[in-house]
Amino acid sequence: MFTGLMMNTWIAGTVVAVIAGVTGLFAVLRGSTFAAHAIPNGAFTGAAGATLLGLNPFAGLAVFSVAGALGIAGLSRRGRNDVATALTLVMMLGVGALFVSWSTEYAQEAYSLLFGEVFGVSSDEVLPIVVLGAISIAAIVVMFRPLLLSSALPEVAEARGVATRWMELGFLLVMALATSMTVPVVGALLMFSLMIGPAAAARSVTARPGVAMTLAVAIALVTVWTGIVVSYESNWPLGFLVGVMGAGFYLAGRGYAAARRARAARARQAVAAVA
Amino acid sequence: MTTDELLRLDQVSVRLGGREILRDVSFGIGPGEFTGLIGPNGAGKTTLLRVILGLQPVASGSVLLDGAPRPHRDSSIGYVPQKLAIDPDVPLRVRDVVSLGLDGHKFGIRLPSRARRERVNDMLTAVGAERYADARVGELSGGEQQRVMIAHALISRPRLLLLDEPLANLDISSEQGIISVLARLARAEQVAVLLSAHDMNPLMPVMDRIVYVAAGRVAVGDTDEVVQPEVLSRLYGRHVDVIRVHGRILVVAAPEGAETAAEDVSIAG
Amino acid sequence: MGHLLKYVFEPGFFASGPVHVALAVGAVIAITSAVVGVFTVTRGQSFAGHSLADIATTGGSGAFLLGVNQFWGFLAFGAGAAAIMEMIGVQRRRGRDVATGVVLGAALGLAALFLYLGTQSSSTTGASFTILFGSIFVITSSTVPALIASALLALVTVLLLARVLLLSSLSPDIAAARGVPVRAVGVAYLMALGVSVALSAVIIGAVLSTALLVGPAATALRLARGPGRAAITAAVIGIAAVWLGVVLAYDSYYWPPAGRGWPVSFFVVTLIVAGYVASSLRRGGRRRGDHNAQDHADREHACSPA
Repeated sequence: MFTGLMMNTWIAGTVVAVIAGVTGLFAVLRGSTFAAHAIPNGAFTGAAGATLLGLNPFAGLAVFSVAGALGIAGLSRRGRNDVATALTLVMMLGVGALFVSWSTEYAQEAYSLLFGEVFGVSSDEVLPIVVLGAISIAAIVVMFRPLLLSSALPEVAEARGVATRWMELGFLLVMALATSMTVPVVGALLMFSLMIGPAAAARSVTARPGVAMTLAVAIALVTVWTGIVVSYESNWPLGFLVGVMGAGFYLAGRGYAAARRARAARARQAVAAVA
Repeated sequence: MTTDELLRLDQVSVRLGGREILRDVSFGIGPGEFTGLIGPNGAGKTTLLRVILGLQPVASGSVLLDGAPRPHRDSSIGYVPQKLAIDPDVPLRVRDVVSLGLDGHKFGIRLPSRARRERVNDMLTAVGAERYADARVGELSGGEQQRVMIAHALISRPRLLLLDEPLANLDISSEQGIISVLARLARAEQVAVLLSAHDMNPLMPVMDRIVYVAAGRVAVGDTDEVVQPEVLSRLYGRHVDVIRVHGRILVVAAPEGAETAAEDVSIAG
Repeated sequence: MGHLLKYVFEPGFFASGPVHVALAVGAVIAITSAVVGVFTVTRGQSFAGHSLADIATTGGSGAFLLGVNQFWGFLAFGAGAAAIMEMIGVQRRRGRDVATGVVLGAALGLAALFLYLGTQSSSTTGASFTILFGSIFVITSSTVPALIASALLALVTVLLLARVLLLSSLSPDIAAARGVPVRAVGVAYLMALGVSVALSAVIIGAVLSTALLVGPAATALRLARGPGRAAITAAVIGIAAVWLGVVLAYDSYYWPPAGRGWPVSFFVVTLIVAGYVASSLRRGGRRRGDHNAQDHADREHACSPA
């Protein structure tokens, strides 16, 4: 399981998990859950279009993911965030429908782009994944403090001179970038489970940003590695395992937080009773 | 307890999150009375209002409406909550909001009727909101929204109207406008009013009685009885000064180590 | 005038049986989605609406796998997921979205599994495409009565709840004080939403379902002030988009490049999004900051554990 092509799978999967954990935490903090679902779907359309034109699907992925990010940001300026995201999503998928209808042999590709083909990652695909991954992480590291501030306390950030609108656009673009390289691995539809589940679980457990991010990455890695092993043995799609495990970790996190709150309330009552 | 009291709270205690917020609160409100629920922020005014509305369970004590425990579905109490953050997207015009005051809690569809429309118009005029009756409620200013919510609460002819900090965040002229509308309507419709505020001064001209909340307990009576240094110091559990300036009242914590504040300080005016 | 009509409507349009069905069913779905959508957008539940459509499609592929009629799979998963979302539900909008996302992720994972298991017997080539996009032109006459009945059920439920929903949007406290079971109403509404989007997803696919739910309602909310007018405007916009989309799709049959016609979903979605953008240009950027004020208020609690 650790030889040759599988090494590509392990590398790609690991990079994807790290990216998912890092961007996912901010997505959860900023309430960009819907966007995290919508942007990868743009990737699907982009790959379809690129294939149609005979271009490298990766290029199409990137272009349309970015277009999605710009669309969401643009429509948000004049209306609600969630409406903007929904309409951008359907617009991209509508165009995707058009592309697919124009091509004749795209349908099989469609499945793997939607749900991922982690075992099909070839050696020349690994390098772009690692590079794009490094760029995304670097971008987040550079933006970390202002991004955190504008995510948690937007008014304070504005007062300190952080341009929150540009931060929002910047973050969406990073998500687009991260997405375009993960779609071939985990698939458009499931990338976002990997982003949201581990990050939400981490946030339920701790309020400290650095710890939460580390925990999110750790949970994402566990999810992907376990998924690769189980998928390899059983042939079941990785996307299924990611989706279900993500939900499991999320519920575990909620349960832990609820238990901790109950313990704290009991302790307060004990103190009050004594006083 | 007089038998024609509208509302009576008896030894009410409330716990929230393991802490005792209110302890042994007792007071009554008679029909048509205008009562101020005064106290510093965080004293428990909102909690007390929610208890009366049935939104907050009590740890002990009773809440009686007309001498009987409060029924579940009650339309004899109107409510104007604190600081409604209304989304501009909510498709409600001012007249829709007021109309919901009549039947917003009922399931089903009702057909428009002229009688209802006239009643809504009358109420809008009574609060001075007829100018913007067709505007989206989310686009109004704070003072305008308050008038609309008062209309909403009063249109079903409640006998008791609760308002939670309606004067917060209003400029002085809006404040006075709201108070005069309230006082006028309360008198006209014979509605008892319980209005919470952290500053009692704007209410002085219209308040019949005061329920002063601090440190989880209350002092009830006329303003002159209650707003005295001894009474408030006992309530707060620390030394408190009462300063009257130009007909205004200021309640301030005395500096550490001050003598028991046993007298008013009056400044000429 | 006759000349113009002949130019817009390709020959055979009005005589075509499938076209009649498409127009009729499309109108029913458009109206239901528009009315339900007004409340969905107002309550900030567009993500939930979209997710329920995707989840319903998972149900469809599951049912197909089990050899049960797909329709029931869509319906069961749509209503069931709505109930689960409400159970996991959290008060704050932020937390709600995360819960929705997690349920969606799990459901999509299941879809992956169902499709994979389905390949053991047949190929997946067309399956994922039709899952997302459906096909309005292949509705059979046997599905139509069940569809209309369920749509009416969802529509009537929402209309019965309309006043209470509006009051709850205004102030959940006022509603609760007047004896409204706010939580139960929320569940009932969400399940009506689940049924409504499941129905539209079955026929027209999850993408179009979301478009018809969110687009016309969001546009109408910008144009009309009161609730009744907003609902009617949304329904009109929805029907217009669907009918025009059907006309264009039919007309496009011989258009390049493939000579197979362009998909209806593309036309309808484009019309809806164009309508929304046009309505927002009319209003300008005036309310730019305000819409997301609720989000900002939520963000202040962003770093505390959910």
